[in-house]
This record gives sequence, C-alpha cells and structure tokens, in this order.
Amino acid sequence: MAGGTPVLTTIYACLFYVATVVLVVGFANRIRQFAMTPAPLKIPTMPAPTTKTGVAFRLFREVAFFESLFKSNKWIWVFGWVFHMALAVVLIRHLRYFVHPVPEVLAFVQPFGVLAAFAMVAGLAGLWARRFVVERVRYISRPSDHLMLALLMGIGLSGMMMKFVAHTDIVAVKAFFLGLMRFSIQPIPADPILLVHLTLVAVLMIVFPFSKLVHSAGVFFSPTRNQVDNSREVRHLAPWAAKLEADRAR
Amino acid sequence: MYVTTDPSEAKQIDPLEMPTLCPGAMAASNPWVAGPDHQASCGFPGELVDNWQEKAIEKMGELLGKYRSLKVYLDSCVKCGACTDKCHYFLGTGDPKNMPVARQDLLRKVYRRYFTLAGKWFPSLVGAEDLTEEVLNDWYTYFHQCSQCRRCSVFCPYGIDTAEISMAGREILDHIGKGQKYCNEIIGKVHTIGNNLGLRPNALRSTLEGLEEDIEDDIGVPVKLPLDVKGADILLVTPSADFFAEPHIDGLIGYAKVFHAAGASWTISSFASEAANFGMFIGSYENMRQISLRIRQAALDLGVKRIVFGECGHAWRVAYSFLNTLAGPFDFLDPRYPVPQHICEYTWDLIEQGKLQFDKSKNDHIKLTFHDSCNVARATRMGDMPGGQFEIPRNILKTVCNHYFDMPADTIKEATFCCGGGGGLLTDELMDLRKKGSSPRMKALQTVQQEHGVTHMAAICAICKTQFSKVMPDYGFERDSILSVHQLVSNAIILEAPHDEE
Repeated sequence: MAGGTPVLTTIYACLFYVATVVLVVGFANRIRQFAMTPAPLKIPTMPAPTTKTGVAFRLFREVAFFESLFKSNKWIWVFGWVFHMALAVVLIRHLRYFVHPVPEVLAFVQPFGVLAAFAMVAGLAGLWARRFVVERVRYISRPSDHLMLALLMGIGLSGMMMKFVAHTDIVAVKAFFLGLMRFSIQPIPADPILLVHLTLVAVLMIVFPFSKLVHSAGVFFSPTRNQVDNSREVRHLAPWAAKLEADRAR
Repeated sequence: MYVTTDPSEAKQIDPLEMPTLCPGAMAASNPWVAGPDHQASCGFPGELVDNWQEKAIEKMGELLGKYRSLKVYLDSCVKCGACTDKCHYFLGTGDPKNMPVARQDLLRKVYRRYFTLAGKWFPSLVGAEDLTEEVLNDWYTYFHQCSQCRRCSVFCPYGIDTAEISMAGREILDHIGKGQKYCNEIIGKVHTIGNNLGLRPNALRSTLEGLEEDIEDDIGVPVKLPLDVKGADILLVTPSADFFAEPHIDGLIGYAKVFHAAGASWTISSFASEAANFGMFIGSYENMRQISLRIRQAALDLGVKRIVFGECGHAWRVAYSFLNTLAGPFDFLDPRYPVPQHICEYTWDLIEQGKLQFDKSKNDHIKLTFHDSCNVARATRMGDMPGGQFEIPRNILKTVCNHYFDMPADTIKEATFCCGGGGGLLTDELMDLRKKGSSPRMKALQTVQQEHGVTHMAAICAICKTQFSKVMPDYGFERDSILSVHQLVSNAIILEAPHDEE
C-alpha cells in the first residue's frame, strides 16, 4: 500500500502528539487533584483490612477481579471483566508497534491478542445491550455513556477489520509510530480503515482525562476502598481539620 | 401472629424482589423544613438566602476541595448499574431517583455543569444541568430519602458511597437556608442541653432512680445506674432513647446488670447524655465535632479511665470511626482499652473470661434473629478482627438464647438492609417512606418466620428499635417483637442477691 501524502502524515503526527500531551497532562492533573484533596474522615466500607498490606490486597482484588462488582451483578461483572481484561491483552499486544526489536514476551502474546479482540468486542456489546435492555440502566444512561461505548466499539471493530478483512501495511504503521517517538516523521499508510482506527484512538486519548474514564484512577483513590481500618489506634486528621483545633482547649 | 404453613408460599417471599420503575413515585415525600431558630442553633442561615444558587455552587466548590470522597465519587461513576437495585428505598418504592446512581446524579449533573469542561461545553451530552429551583427541590426530596446506610458502596466497583453524596447535599442545603427540621432541631438540643430529647439532668436523675427501683423490685438485686459519679472507671455514653423508649430501656437495664455482675465502677454523664451524633446525618463536620467534644469534656470532668458506648448504630460509627479524629487524642484514658469500646465488646469480653452466668432457658419463649444495623455493619468494627461487628453480637445472643436463626445471607452482615428509618429520617412525616423502605428487611424476617418460626428480632441501634416497633405490626408482628441485644442478656443473666445482713 502506498504511503500517505505529507499532508496526511503531518495531520496524524500532530494529532498523536496533541493526543499524547492531553492524555498525559490531563490524566496526571486529575490524579494530582485526587491526591491533593484530603480525606478528613475514616470511611472504609467495612469489614475492611486492618493493615496497609491488607488494603493493597483489597485494591488488587478490586482491580484484577472486580470483586465488588462480582458481589453485585454477575452479568455486568462478566461483560465488564471480560472487556477490561481483553483490552489489557490487546494493549499489551499493541506494544509491538512501539518497540524494536519485539521482545519474546510480546511475540508470545500475539495469538492471545487476536482472541482478546473478539472478547473485548463481545464484552462491549454486552455492556451496551444492557443500556437498552435493562430499564434501570436505560434510565441512568446519558448520550455520553453510549458515545463512549461506540468509540471503544469502533476502535475494536476497525482494528479487527485490519486483521481479518483488509490487511494494512503494519510495517509502515510501526515505522510511523517509531518515527513519532524519535521525532523523525515517517509516512503513514493512507488506508481508510487504519485512519479511522487511529482517529478514534486519538479521540479516546483526548477525551480520557475529562470523562468517566478517570474511574481508572478513581478506584485507587476511593477512601471506602483504600483506607485502613485502624481509626481507634491511629488518629487520622486532615490538615484543614487540624486548623479547627488551634482554638481548642484540652 | 401471622404464620404461613404452606411451603410453596414461603418461597414466594423475596426480600430482593425488583420493583417496576415508577418515576416520581416519591416526589411528594418531603420532611419538614427547619425553621429559623433550628437553623440558627446549628449555625446556618434561617431561611433560603436570596442568592442561594450562587451560595450553593460556592459551597459545593468548598466541599470538593475538602472531601476526596466527594471529588472522586462525582468523577468516577461509569453508570454501570451495579448499585441500581441495592437501595432499600428503591426496592420499596420503585422510584428511579432512589437508585443510588440516580440519587448521586442529582448532585453530579450540577457538578458537571459548573465544575467540568465537558459539562460546560456539552451539557446535554453528559447530562449536565443548571442548578434550578426544580433541581434544588429534588435535592431536598431525594437526599432525604437516603438513610446513609452504605449498602450501595459495598457493591460499587469503585466503592462510591451515596452517603457521602447525600451528606454533601444536605450540607449545601443547610448552608443556603433549607435545612431539615428533624435533624437540626435535635442538634440544637444536644448543643444546649446535651441530648437529643432535651432531657435535663434532674429529669435524667429521677428516670435512672426510678429504673433502679424497678430492677430491685423485679429481681431483688440493687443494680445501680449511677449519674455524674466523679472518679468512676467507665463512662457509659448511650442514646437518650435508652432512658425512656421501649425496647431501648430494657437494653439499658441489661448494660447495668452486666456492669453490676462485673463489679464495675461506671457512670452516665448528664453533660454528654447522648451517644447519637446527628451532625453526621447533615454532613456537618463542625456540628459533629462539637457534639463529640462534649463526650471528651465529660470524660475529662469525671476523670474516667474508659469510654463505653451503648447500643446505637450511627453513634457507633461516629464513635468508632470518627471520635479519635474529632475529639482525640484520648491519651488521658487507660491505654489498655480501645477508645471507645462498644457495650457488646465489653459484655463479650466478660463472657469469654467466664465472669457472667446465664440461665438461657429464660429466653426459651423466644425464637430469635438478629438485624445487623447498617452503620454498625458497614462503617465500624468490634473486637480485633474484621467482621467482629457481625460475630460479637451473635456470639452474645447465642450465649443467652437457645433458639437463634439468621436471616438469608444476602440480607445480613455486609449486605444487611437499613431498617428504613436511619440517617435522620426517623420522623413521622416520612412514615410512608419509612414503611416502604423497611420492606426488604421485613420480607427477610418473614422468610425465617416461615422456615424456623422466628418470633423476635434483636438489634443494636436506637433508630432500628424505634423504627421496627412502628413497622413490624404491618407485617403481622407484635410491636414488642423487636428487642435490644442487652435485653436478652438482661433476661438471662444470673445476679447474686445480696447477703441478708439481719
């Protein structure tokens, strides 16, 4: 496939530089806000771990297995968990376009990545169907909730099309991204499916820090999940609360 | 009493039964608005201020900077729907705004409009809305249909706790002059008199003396209920309902008997004669702190060594989770004991040491179950191990009662239901909401009534006890089918009569 015109290449190069900056700066800023805001009271959802190690395990179970969601609803759990785990595998597989030479581990993941693409789309489809089929979920869904699923679905399907329907020149794609990383712009293939795929990915990166996708950071900062149950043993005092005590007589 | 024998009918009761959505079903359920006096007693403006919109947004901004929970929870919800069927008020009413996520969205949509880029640029896309009078009224209505029981937070993949949202909502409402009468009137009484009921020291003293006489008449043992005894070892802080309401007072008698059996030196304080802390219900750190400081003051003035809390759910949350923060450090108390302790921890310790004797047959007329009070279950602990808040009360009950049965597993312990009256909703004008909100718990109770012939339910919360004595008759139970845990202890405990000196 022929390389894209310099204009097209420049547009996509700029798009990905901008998207990367927005994602990194925006997300870091969001994490900074979460981290800087004090949690004045001990509010872990009990029973809670009594040690920091215990809390680390709790968060690990939450992130790796979606423990609370499992307790709540098996359908949301199965769709949500499958989607997230598949997405993780797909993302790992995509690292091959950003490193050279490709380490053996990534080569090993390759076939699983293909399977994961199907699982990812299936999970998304399940989650999306719930927004129409389950009356309660339909009631709480806003246009942005549908758009977010459409975006992810579009990314997944366009990616799969390049694998199973119309192959793109992945060597050129890799050269383009390696070039971006080294500030040496290489031509991008003018393949419509690829361009759709990359555009949607860039949109996702830009939207990420300003949307509900910040739940990926929120889960680690949630006081009901990340606090240690030790309020009787250790006095917990936020800086603004400590100031209230200045005037307090013993 | 209503007992079904047909086993096929038993299967039909489902405490988690899903209601059909009825938008607006509870839109007319509003508690009385606080008058100027009650507002002033808590430090809030007397009536809705002229620039309420501006003030509300300003307050929201302040809270977003002070509470990580609020910030993270408003940002992180993905509308997955995991919480939608978890709230007892939703299960009981079918009003979609009682789904936890929808209740949060009442605040979230305003947050998005004023504090996020997406909401400023694309409001309709992300469901952002201006703070209109209609939205304000929804806040008042639906933040007073949350009992802050935290059941939703157990099931949320990010631990989003709607209690944090409804507390922030009420805090904003208070600061623009639209507080709730029930909570704010009570808080005013605590600030001026020392307890929720406005019971003055003389009245409290005569009540306790009357109780001492009743106990001695009943069992012939001079069990004391000391008040304001300087130099006592233990300060008992208990909900003021324990001084007069049924079955609460029987719990108080139970504590007194346990202290008597242990030969403990203890006292109640007339200055801090209230365990409950309604400052939490309205999300006011400052009110909660001032109420907590009364307990510190009482402990200092009386020179006690330990603080023990009576049976009260939200009180135990403030005591266990917040007291050290709000009124600590308690370095002047005996470091060998946790500060504070729950009366159940105290009693269970004595039982484990073999210091209490019981005649379990005294409770043989009772087939018992236990209602885990929401705030004890999901916001506190007892003992050294996580989950002690579930095990210790049950261990006590099984020690004093021969017939004990748990309700279905998905309705107890961390998944327990609120009684329907918690979080500042235990007021008569909300009776319709309270009755509907109690239905999941009542249905769970009916299942063990049918399966095991359960006759009574025990609880360790003043609100639960009052609420259940009101709603249980609707489900075919007697008013007195709700019991204090220490009432069962009181029934079974063996106290030695004093040696006859004549």
